[in-house]
Amino acid sequence: MTNKLQQHTTSTGKLVAKLAVTVVGMFGFGFAMVPLYNVFCEITGLNGKTGGQVEYTATTADIDKERTVTVQFTAMNNADMSWEFHPMQNQIDVHPGELNEVKFFAHNPTATLVIGQAVPSVSPSVGADFLHKTECFCFTQQVLEAGESIEMPVRFFVDKALPTGVHKLTLSYTLFDVTQNFAGAPQLTAK
Amino acid sequence: MATGHDAHHHGPASGITRWFYTTNHKDIGSMYLWFSFAMFLLGGMFALVIRAELFQPGLQFVDPNFFNQMTTMHGLVMVFGAVMPAFVGLANWMVPMMIGAPDMALPRMNNWSFWILPFAFTMLASTLFMDSGAPNFGWTFYAPLSTTFAPDSVTYFIFAVHIMGASSIMGSINIVATIQNLRAPGMTYMKMPLFVWTWLITAYLLIAVMPVLAGVVTMMLFDIHFGTSFFSAAGGGDPVLFQHVFWFFGHPEVYIMILPAFGIVSEIIPTFSRKRLFGYDSMVYATSSIAFLSFIVWAHHMFTTGMPLAGELFFMYATMLIAVPTGVKVFNWITTMFKGSISFETPMLFAIAFVVLFTCGGFTGLMLAIAPADFQYHDTYFVVAHFHYVLVPGAIFSIMAAAYYWLPKWTGNMYDENLGKLHFWLSFVGINVLFFPQHFLGLAGMPRRIPDYALQFADFNMVSSVGAFIFGFSQLLFLFIVVKTVMGGKKATAEVWEGAEGLEWTVPSPAPYHTFSTPPAIK
Repeated sequence: MTNKLQQHTTSTGKLVAKLAVTVVGMFGFGFAMVPLYNVFCEITGLNGKTGGQVEYTATTADIDKERTVTVQFTAMNNADMSWEFHPMQNQIDVHPGELNEVKFFAHNPTATLVIGQAVPSVSPSVGADFLHKTECFCFTQQVLEAGESIEMPVRFFVDKALPTGVHKLTLSYTLFDVTQNFAGAPQLTAK
Repeated sequence: MATGHDAHHHGPASGITRWFYTTNHKDIGSMYLWFSFAMFLLGGMFALVIRAELFQPGLQFVDPNFFNQMTTMHGLVMVFGAVMPAFVGLANWMVPMMIGAPDMALPRMNNWSFWILPFAFTMLASTLFMDSGAPNFGWTFYAPLSTTFAPDSVTYFIFAVHIMGASSIMGSINIVATIQNLRAPGMTYMKMPLFVWTWLITAYLLIAVMPVLAGVVTMMLFDIHFGTSFFSAAGGGDPVLFQHVFWFFGHPEVYIMILPAFGIVSEIIPTFSRKRLFGYDSMVYATSSIAFLSFIVWAHHMFTTGMPLAGELFFMYATMLIAVPTGVKVFNWITTMFKGSISFETPMLFAIAFVVLFTCGGFTGLMLAIAPADFQYHDTYFVVAHFHYVLVPGAIFSIMAAAYYWLPKWTGNMYDENLGKLHFWLSFVGINVLFFPQHFLGLAGMPRRIPDYALQFADFNMVSSVGAFIFGFSQLLFLFIVVKTVMGGKKATAEVWEGAEGLEWTVPSPAPYHTFSTPPAIK
């Protein structure tokens, strides 16, 4: 009887240990979903997530003159963002492979320094993977002194592999006020 | 309790400390059940505030922000405070008695997993009295509403969820250890009562997803206080990610709230049909399939977030697949009743209502699973009607059925059958008057979580509110019946019900403080 009870306690101990490891593992899995999700979105272009900075090289520079794609630009402020923010051109027609530049305008009408962060999104999402930015103000934060204005360039090209059904791409930027996140950072310098 | 039988065992300790220090599964089970009933009344009060406000269009009683606090607190209290602890309480009481075990495998942890719960809910409820008000972002607490735009009390909410999660995880580890290690000799897995089976699977679901919930609220905590950007697009995060992580927890969670109900109904229907359960094996396999499928359907809550077509189709078909094992169960229950000599005592009435109304809720679920149609139904009262049909006449009715079914075993007294039937009919009529019109409201386009609505929704809302008050106040009758039964009544026999089978009916009523100190022989 005692022996049996002993066995019993050990096997319960082992089982509980295994279950506890599972609990810790699943807690970790919750956090692992963050990078997994980002990788998944980057591969599939879900959520209109665009990739980071892309080099414009000779191989990508072969221009497809046959095809014209309209690229539209929109800009909006997130809640509490006080800047005036809009594209300086609403849309342009481009050939896939061609390097283009457009400018966005931002003005800080407030009496204080504000740091902005633009987050891009491309729709339709099937096209998100085919709009490559070689330079973008969204890669860094924008720091505007009180009353300051800025023209911000975006250089991009449309990939020749863009699915044939897509004739129009919309590149939208949402501008967030991230001053709080950088509060107390020493000597902010405008780029 | 100092009878000759108990003289050489020790009975319950006397005084209030009995409840603080107890490691007895029956004591802890009772505490869970009373606690969940208290939370049921609290969450019900919140619901009645909501329904009172919605009785007529316009703002009558509460301001919109407080209304949002009510919908949030109602959901949280009902899910984590009423339904889940009630099932854990039933598991505590019945699982050891059903498998011939002397107690739970980890009695001290059992005490702890109960006693942290009141603290969690005190903390959550205390937010109602704070300057910032209670959480007001809905029970699904979508970011950034629950992070960037949350009231200060959100931190209390986060820690309350952590504690509830810890309680659930400890409770489930205990249940798994009990079921896997403490079965009486001869009680093989395929001889276990279905309530035990469904709880074993539920416990595994809890162990798998409660840590994910803990993870997601921890991410919120970091976003709010430590400057991370898990869910903030400004910092490179993604609000849609929140929904993925949340529903990865949230969808198995809805099965956590219904699988034990399946188990209860599978105990009650055979008893009152005086037949063996039809298709025991298929019930076990169906439960396992539902548990597995619950992990791969989460994004059907997110059809309108801009998923690609392939994703919409995958989650649509996977969701519809769940109807197959669920259908197996419903047909098994019906076949069990077929040609049985059925009697309609209160537990059976609740169980039959469960089968009928849960099936209604299942059908509306199937409608919501159709991705293109969901764009119309999403975030309308149709969704509200759907999940209340599976949770109230589903989970809650099964808990009430279980309470009536096992109450004579717990107290040694029979409840008042006439009052029980009255309670059933009031609840049954109340619930349908309450939730059925909400289907029409949703199909007509009334959004959920709004304190005021367009005039064309007025009549159905009024009907719904009347049903809410009928259902809400008839639960006080339930409280009265239970208290009356605890105080006294006709003595129950050991078997209690004529057609009942299972180890719990072999011990006297009320069940002695210690049962199966020596394992019973299993035929």
